[in-house]
Amino acid sequence: MNRTFTCILCPNGCEIRTEYQGTEIRSVSGNKCPKGAEYVEQEITAPVRNLTSSVLVENGALPLCSVRLTRPVPKDRLFDIMAEIRKVTLQAPVQAGQIVIPDVLGLGSDVIATRDVEPI
Amino acid sequence: MSLIKKQAVIIGGGPGGLAAAAELKKKGIDDLLILEREHWLGGILRQCIHDGFGLSRFGCSLSGPEYAGRFVEEVRRLGIPAETDTTVIGLDSHRTVIAVSRKGLARYQAEAVILAMGCRERTRGALAIPGERPSGVFTAGTAQAYMNLKNKSIGRRAVILGSGDIGMIMARRLTLEGVKVEAVFEIQPYASGLPRNIEQCLKDYGIPLYLSHTVTDIKGAGRLEAVEVSRVDQRLQPIPGTEKIYPCDTLILSVGLIPENELSRMAGIEMDPRTKGAVVDEFYQTSVPGIFAAGNVLHVHDLVDFVSLEAERLADSAADYLRGKRIPARIPVSAGGEIGYTVPQHITGTRDVTLSFRPRHPLRDSWVEIRQGERCLLRKKYPRLLPAVMENIALPVSRLISDSEIKVVTVNE
Repeated sequence: MNRTFTCILCPNGCEIRTEYQGTEIRSVSGNKCPKGAEYVEQEITAPVRNLTSSVLVENGALPLCSVRLTRPVPKDRLFDIMAEIRKVTLQAPVQAGQIVIPDVLGLGSDVIATRDVEPI
Repeated sequence: MSLIKKQAVIIGGGPGGLAAAAELKKKGIDDLLILEREHWLGGILRQCIHDGFGLSRFGCSLSGPEYAGRFVEEVRRLGIPAETDTTVIGLDSHRTVIAVSRKGLARYQAEAVILAMGCRERTRGALAIPGERPSGVFTAGTAQAYMNLKNKSIGRRAVILGSGDIGMIMARRLTLEGVKVEAVFEIQPYASGLPRNIEQCLKDYGIPLYLSHTVTDIKGAGRLEAVEVSRVDQRLQPIPGTEKIYPCDTLILSVGLIPENELSRMAGIEMDPRTKGAVVDEFYQTSVPGIFAAGNVLHVHDLVDFVSLEAERLADSAADYLRGKRIPARIPVSAGGEIGYTVPQHITGTRDVTLSFRPRHPLRDSWVEIRQGERCLLRKKYPRLLPAVMENIALPVSRLISDSEIKVVTVNE
């Protein structure tokens, strides 16, 4: 099979021409760095994505605190994680880096705050 | 109103202004002041909660608030004063800055002024879309501010006009929050945002991108009820008979960014009609001595990393300027062929420089040449050039042959 992947790991967005059979890669070309080949392999076997969102904050200077995952998770679990994120309410103060949900859904990735929220 | 003297006044506390301020301080310029219109420092990054920032500047992927946070912390640690909730309303060619806040008016006399006002979004008014005037029509950045800062839901069923990066990122954000995003329509025959965002924000969620399409009517009394979309021809004119109705309660516009240069014009600074920013030399100095510009106010960037790096280069040369170093930049630099613009527009020819440029149209396997007269100083092959991607090319001073004009051009082979 031949397919051109657009690498999403950095803004270069390399177009990576790939020849593969099932999950076995025959050739890759067009990637400016080795991460491109790893990306294609991941996409063919088990695609992963990072996720950013926000959670409610009570008694904070802002009503929301932005969050992200500490490592990418299987692409088909993003909506499940969104459902978990929606259940959470934090109390101000919140500190950037604070763990909001440890090991979310057992996927080996934490949801962490990406900003400080001061109390009112 | 007394006149407060400052070595450098930085207008704008976003990523450009913060990076410039921190770098100036590190270069030994102590008498600094940042003036910021909003209540918080950090600029637009505060609402850009997605990740992917910092890969060039910090070597890791950060969210917007994290990226801004690093610079805000540094500015605080360095003890650089910042006046927030303060809007600059006046700037003249003698570097007098007039600012207004709840405390009243303040007048500053600066030895150097750093313009870091960023850019703003094109709106429905600029596009002249016909139709009614219902609520539910937002620029992408306004939608982003409602959702990410104010916790306000903006609608349930959305159409996006324009394939800018913020529009695509909002398409993903809305989808994850349970809003149905019908499609993204782009009037040009190519996308205006980065390929990675088409992949991870649209394709991942099955959101279609229609090129050569635009919104030709807005319907709704009170609240938006539907938009009419038409295909356009090569001259970007709607083709009669191709109209299609998309019911929706939300229309998001991601149709371009405009550097915010009212103050620059007020000061009589020469502008470049292509970048819509100031004409600058390699020191990022404008046509008015002592006034410098970098970041989105100078030319719209795709990546904040390049805004920070540009602002840091600006600060290095502004620090030299403040110590009395003056080198006239007499060599004009201009764009030709399929290249849309270059920054800077003048260089001194005394040191290595980096030229930034964008193509007007997407190009494949294209050579870009830097020329003086008939002589090619440097050439580089690009497998792909996109209007969405700003390119930087280094020009060593050793390559220059004279003081005559430099042209950055594409070459067909």
